[in-house]
Amino acid sequence: MNLQKLSGAWIPIVSIIFGLLAGAIIMLIFGYNPIAGYIALIEGAFGNSYFTGQTILLTTPYILSGLAVAFAFRTGLLNIGVEGQVLVGWLASVTVGLLFDFPMIIHLPLAILAAIIAGGLWGFIPGYFKARFHVHEVIVTIMMNYIALYSTNAIVRNVLTDGSDRTEYISDSASLKASWLSNLMPNSNVHTGIFLAIVAALFFWYFIEKTKYGYELKAVGFNPHASQYAGMSVKRNIILSMTISGGFAGLAGAMEGIGNFGYMSLNNGFTNIGFDGIAIALLGGNVAFGVVLAAGLFGFLKVGALNMPLSAGVPNELVDIITALIIFFVAASYMIILLRDRLKTLYQRIKNKLKGGGRS
Amino acid sequence: MSAIIDVLQSIIPSAFLFATPLIFTALGGVFSERSGIINIGLEGLMIMGAFLGVVINLELYPILGSTLTPWVSIIIAAIIGSLFASLHAIATVTFRADQVVSGVAINFLALGIGLFMIKQLYGKGQTDMVQGMLRSTDIPILSDIPLIGPIFFENTYYTNWIAVILAFVVWYIIFKTPFGLRLRSVGEHPFAADSVGINVNRMRYIAVMLSGFFGGAGGAIFALTFAGNFYMGTINGQGFIALAAVVFGKWHPLGALGAAVFFGVAQSLSVIGGGIPLLDSIPSVYLQIAPYVLTILALVGLVGRADAPKALGTPFVKGSR
Repeated sequence: MNLQKLSGAWIPIVSIIFGLLAGAIIMLIFGYNPIAGYIALIEGAFGNSYFTGQTILLTTPYILSGLAVAFAFRTGLLNIGVEGQVLVGWLASVTVGLLFDFPMIIHLPLAILAAIIAGGLWGFIPGYFKARFHVHEVIVTIMMNYIALYSTNAIVRNVLTDGSDRTEYISDSASLKASWLSNLMPNSNVHTGIFLAIVAALFFWYFIEKTKYGYELKAVGFNPHASQYAGMSVKRNIILSMTISGGFAGLAGAMEGIGNFGYMSLNNGFTNIGFDGIAIALLGGNVAFGVVLAAGLFGFLKVGALNMPLSAGVPNELVDIITALIIFFVAASYMIILLRDRLKTLYQRIKNKLKGGGRS
Repeated sequence: MSAIIDVLQSIIPSAFLFATPLIFTALGGVFSERSGIINIGLEGLMIMGAFLGVVINLELYPILGSTLTPWVSIIIAAIIGSLFASLHAIATVTFRADQVVSGVAINFLALGIGLFMIKQLYGKGQTDMVQGMLRSTDIPILSDIPLIGPIFFENTYYTNWIAVILAFVVWYIIFKTPFGLRLRSVGEHPFAADSVGINVNRMRYIAVMLSGFFGGAGGAIFALTFAGNFYMGTINGQGFIALAAVVFGKWHPLGALGAAVFFGVAQSLSVIGGGIPLLDSIPSVYLQIAPYVLTILALVGLVGRADAPKALGTPFVKGSR
């Protein structure tokens, strides 16, 4: 699977540069000043403490959804179902936050755990179907996304509320909001979930790189037949991988539920946290550290973009085009490799010519 | 008896209406996947089609008037849609990109381009309502048939029937023509196809561009029958349902037709089910999630095993075996 060969960091970096260059060209074509546009982007992400807070806020679920996709990738599975897993995690965390009243030291971990379990269950189902019936996980996870979307909406409307569009606020004892952090970045919605996300990334790294289970998951991703022959259970590893992947995604949902919003509302469509997670995982080379960096980049681009129309008159949708192109370039890494090889031979040829010219 | 006919008369036309864009897009998906290229980008292709259909409609209406405008919009959306889909072909066929990831990028790109251009053209996040919507008519002669006429041919859309006819045309092309045989061979065993002189990559380019043509048409038809304008949520998962129809229909054009009609029934039930006796007691969420649950069950094998084209998802690298 060519996704796993993206070990080097240079392909993502070249892709980002190409994407930003393409964005600059688009701005030029439509008569905007690309330098002003990109300055507005940077200011919009880090210009003051509020913007910085919002960037960290958005980066938090991105790290987790990126980890979710990357975790499944390492076993050779594509989890497009992060969207749905985020929604059920969101719902589970808010439900625990609403229904119980414990001291924070119990309540908060319980809400987080509920989200992880809900997301994990939503990942377990496609994993089980893949292992047991050889059903392609992509289709099942897409279907599971819609089931999650409509079911969570129905539960918010009919179970958690009496026909209302959103739930009450969760009790403070289940909230990730912390006054010291909010005071640091006033008015922003930043919450302590960012530390959870970092811990999750460390867990990802440790589990994949340092444990026997992680080794087996990777082995199944590289070559299921060889793994089977070596005595590993391919089926068990597929289910385990999808379940843990869903757990990361459920945690991302908790970031929205008990972190960012503090409630759950009806969703007309998906949050896009999960779809962006695919791009983030890919850009991060499916390793924990890379995912954290890529999530930071996405948070920066998306939050900074909101400042572009005000400061530079550039439509913020431009950033969606740029991120799409970055994914394209990473996916088509063969193109970049070809380009590198062409440049190398060209360089060699010029060098030889210069040498030949010097001799005659 | 007449009560049943009344119910059928309210369900079938609306189910058919929901199904039509799905049929178009799913037929495109069948072409692409039969050639061995996974197309998660159907959603993006529909977004592109909806965007183009709406913008062209808005711009051409003053010139072409109400009868011609929707048709011209759909055709131009389909043609530009096929060009847009060629990006997916370039990435996956020429540059051997992961097909799923490239499809995801197509989805992002279509929405990004659509919204960016709308801001650029109209200075706001959504377009005005188009005036040249597709309109329902009675099909002459056929609508006079007793019983069947009122249910199927009265107050219907020409696009519905074009979709059904196209499904049969696509079936004929894929299973009865040399082109179709080549297309299938490329998706099943590209090396064998290559060894008898079929240009694998060219076939795959054609197939992916056809999916853009049909997806673009499907998106434009959806926009010009339901939404009437283009904004962020004009196409909201229709493309993914079309993808499900491809799989549910076992990669067969007529299967996709059937699956799309089935999804159409499910969607229309979830919208108008409240007005039908018996169904009104079922909470609407069950009707909403039914198509997705059934697709999973179908895949698991309760409805019958579905086998994907064998080479689906693998890039063709000449001489690699």
